[in-house]
Amino acid sequence: MDFELILRITPFMAEAAWMTVQLFAVTLILGLIVASVLTWAGFSRSALLRGFARVYISIMRGTPLLVQLFVLYFGGPQLGLSLDAFTAGCICFGLNIGAYISVGMRGAILAVSPGQTEAARALGFGRAQTMRFFILPQAAPLILRSVGVNAVILLKSTALVSAIGVVELTAAGQRFANATYQPFEALGVAAVFYLALTYLVTGGVALLERRFGVEEGKPS
Amino acid sequence: MMLDFSVVPPYAGVLLNGLLWTLLITALATTIATVCGILFALILLYAPLVLRWPVRFICFLIMGTPLLLQLFLVYYGLSQVGVNLPAFWTGVAALGLHYAVYNAQIMRTAILGVDPGQTEASRALGFGRLATLRHFILPQALLVATPQLGNNTLILLKDTALLSVIGITELVLSSQLSISRTFRPFEFYLTIAALYYVINLGMEWVLRRLARRLEAIK
Amino acid sequence: MTTQTQPMVLLKGIRKHFGSHEVLKGIDLTVERGKIVSIIGPSGSGKSTLLRSINMLEPPNAGEIWLNGELVNQPLTGRAYETHINAVRQKMGKVFQQFNLFPHLTALQNLTIGPIKLKGVSPAEAKVQAMELLAKVGLADKADAYPARLSGGQKQRVAIARALAMRPQVMLFDEATSALDPELVDEVNLVMKQLAAEQMTMLIVTHEMNFAAEVSDWVLFMEDGLVVEQGPPEQVLKNPVMARTQSFLRKHLAS
Ligand SMILES: Nc1ncnc2c1ncn2[C@@H]1O[C@H](COP(=O)(O)OP(=O)(O)O)[C@@H](O)[C@H]1O
Ligand SMILES: [Mg+2]
Repeated sequence: MDFELILRITPFMAEAAWMTVQLFAVTLILGLIVASVLTWAGFSRSALLRGFARVYISIMRGTPLLVQLFVLYFGGPQLGLSLDAFTAGCICFGLNIGAYISVGMRGAILAVSPGQTEAARALGFGRAQTMRFFILPQAAPLILRSVGVNAVILLKSTALVSAIGVVELTAAGQRFANATYQPFEALGVAAVFYLALTYLVTGGVALLERRFGVEEGKPS
Repeated sequence: MMLDFSVVPPYAGVLLNGLLWTLLITALATTIATVCGILFALILLYAPLVLRWPVRFICFLIMGTPLLLQLFLVYYGLSQVGVNLPAFWTGVAALGLHYAVYNAQIMRTAILGVDPGQTEASRALGFGRLATLRHFILPQALLVATPQLGNNTLILLKDTALLSVIGITELVLSSQLSISRTFRPFEFYLTIAALYYVINLGMEWVLRRLARRLEAIK
Repeated sequence: MTTQTQPMVLLKGIRKHFGSHEVLKGIDLTVERGKIVSIIGPSGSGKSTLLRSINMLEPPNAGEIWLNGELVNQPLTGRAYETHINAVRQKMGKVFQQFNLFPHLTALQNLTIGPIKLKGVSPAEAKVQAMELLAKVGLADKADAYPARLSGGQKQRVAIARALAMRPQVMLFDEATSALDPELVDEVNLVMKQLAAEQMTMLIVTHEMNFAAEVSDWVLFMEDGLVVEQGPPEQVLKNPVMARTQSFLRKHLAS
């Protein structure tokens, strides 16, 4: 193993890791917004909205993320939609992970006993109030768990933007691998950065879970 | 520029070829993922520590890094250490191994979930440890795990797209070859997205039926 | 050598402890060929542990277990031990409170897998014998049903047939009817009485005093890992000598 090479490329890889983190953060926020809208639509009284949510989620989960990215980034200009690679990556991943997160949200909400809705409605609370004051607080721990799982998946999915030329961790690793003919060292450093980031994300989620989560005697 | 899907049909043969490779890769990688997944689960549960620790470490590495990076690592890395496998087999093996780790977690939970009374009944009949595992524990764990393992196969199908980056002419790379001649990315990428979607729906349908039949036994 | 005079099951000073908790404190028991011995006693007294010791699911810490003149708990290790206990277990049928049928196999397959895999019986022959046993427990029509489709009483009858399929020399029942709805208890008791009539040697742990009185040749009352009182059912169940037996029976007959 070439430690000298590892030391030399580490600062550059750290910069690339920062790019990965930015992608991850922007996408996660976007994904949470998309997921909330989809979940809301999925429980809406309008059959049209419910149908839209179902079809949208089915398509997002039924096609490869890489192909979605290519449709947007390479196909977009044909429709007059020219995005830079970073923006395209954020939008595409956000739209995609939002679908996955919303499935978790929906499951969590459905897992709350129907008796809760009945009890709240019997007291005179409206649909939205029932959701807000009774269902969502009880679903929160499960929602958090599914967001956590998807966040880790998202972190690793950000590697795909290397295919449209964003120089994040994987792209940087690949470039150094090609330039130095020492792929184990170059890609290995990238891997270590990913492991550290995964550790941080899982740790962060665990922290949140402990703070708001299941262990506090709340029903899950 | 208007969309014009009439550019696609002349390349139907190219796409069909890519589609067949995608399906073949899915089948091969799923086989590896299932067999190695069961093997890993058994090692994680029952093997001596000298075997358990390496597998645990592999799981840690694979679950903590992107599949794409793993593909690059195997693709470029193997030739660095002098192993020259065809890209196809490198890709299939890496993909299979990646999902083996996730399948191992599923199988581990499923095996641990089998009622201890089953072991008790089997041993009382006179079956040994290994025979108990083989005839009773594993089949029942598989029964429970099959829907989840199938779900991983659906995800694996979509991840075969990544093999295009190491030069395997599956569906994505086939469409890119067509695009390089027609300069019509939108039409081609949308077409293959539809193809993936249809296969995905078909596999989902099969899995749902399978799950329903297994449910009747449980 | 086995002779007609040899007891089928002979226990000498069986002791078992989990950590510092002594669960069996020296149990002696003789079960003659073709006899039926019932074990009663409060929950936690060690009845299940005793049955589990006899077929080495819970090897005892001290004492001797003899099956038809063969020492069961021989001081073996490794492969020799495994081979020995697997062979011995094939000679003892065990029926569990929770049935423990194999859910991925049909009723018929539950019966045939043991003979086929363990005794090398041909699948065709195993099937013929299994069908006979299923008919005997009144479930010939359920041969192809999976356990999930059977009622509790049917499951337990299949479980008894599964044990019988190994042609055991003795049957061990651990509260075979305790998990059943009351209306399903009789169908299982009926099968057990039928076995009794055929001179099967049986060891029965039960909470049903009437059933015990009806089928047993001998009754043991256990408490805290010791045999407090034993004798013919008329004596132990109707005119117990020991105060603890009396109070146990009062509670049990009252409820
Ligand atoms: N595997 C075990 N580990 C620790 N304690 C056990 C185990 N099995 C049984 N015991 C204890 O042994 C005692 C006797 O249990 P058991 O034989 O099941 O009684 P019974 O069948 O008469 O109700 C109980 O106190 C129980 O908690
Ligand atoms: Mg008991």
